[in-house]
Amino acid sequence: MQYFKFIALGIVFGIVMVKAEIISWFRIFEMFSFQSFHMYGIIGSAVILGVIGTYLLKRSKAKSIYGDEIVFVPKNKSITRYLAGGIIFGLGWALVGACPGPIFVLLGAGYLPVLVILFGALIGTLLYGVTRSKLPH
Amino acid sequence: MDILFQPWSWYVAGPILALIMFALIFFGENFGMSNNLRTMCAIGGGDKLSDFFKINTKEQYWNLAFVLGSILGGFIAVQFMTGDTAIHLSEGTVATLEGYGFKNVGADYLPEEIFGMERLKSFTGILMLLGGGILVGFGTRYAGGCTSGHAISGLSNLQVPSLIAVIGFFIGGLIMVHLIMPFIF
Repeated sequence: MQYFKFIALGIVFGIVMVKAEIISWFRIFEMFSFQSFHMYGIIGSAVILGVIGTYLLKRSKAKSIYGDEIVFVPKNKSITRYLAGGIIFGLGWALVGACPGPIFVLLGAGYLPVLVILFGALIGTLLYGVTRSKLPH
Repeated sequence: MDILFQPWSWYVAGPILALIMFALIFFGENFGMSNNLRTMCAIGGGDKLSDFFKINTKEQYWNLAFVLGSILGGFIAVQFMTGDTAIHLSEGTVATLEGYGFKNVGADYLPEEIFGMERLKSFTGILMLLGGGILVGFGTRYAGGCTSGHAISGLSNLQVPSLIAVIGFFIGGLIMVHLIMPFIF
């Protein structure tokens, strides 16, 4: 079962999202109000360890479990799409208090009104796909 | 065992998220949750509307498996690992929200004032959740990633585009919380 390890990682992810209260609308509101270190500590410590680990992986030319060399693909250079897309996402993230990961975790946790957010997110994704050629990137 | 039932600190959660990212890298994949929305649109027939959804969805099954896991993880954590769901928010946050008329601030993960059944029966209540979702879906695809793809994976790889995206996340979030929400609530 090649997908089992991804399900297992997802379970760990879901548990962390709940236990560290990242799924909470209140925590996101608090973060954007600069009234708690909690969310900054989570993202900050993940990024600091991520930077160190990514550097070490690149330097050691580490291989995946399948023996392939691990490649880090640089993201395309641009400002417009990242800034505009980022602002639009940020508006939604703060309003409903959920980014894509927590949307799924909240559903598992039994908060069914979040289905409306998921439905909206799918519509938004479709809208982007349809309008993409007309948007500045 | 007691620690399982207490809320986890940032210095527990952050490193675990980094470990999840590295595990996915060792499994030959990349941490990025919002890509699943694209895959779901593709599976649902979005490829008939836009070439953007003409992708080999099979290559994304691993990520859908991760989504399935995160749903299970949410269930397990709430059912078996939670003493009470009260969030210990800062006094300032509680005061601000009480000023907006919120009751039982932090009593549960989500506020009744936005996610309660009463709100779901109203047009504005549905519109808020649906509209927020549309912004999340549209914005993440436009920016090419969300908190996991840009803020964690991208910044870890010192990607300037990801830094621009994260700055965008914050501009949007700050506008919503400080300029728009005072008018909504």
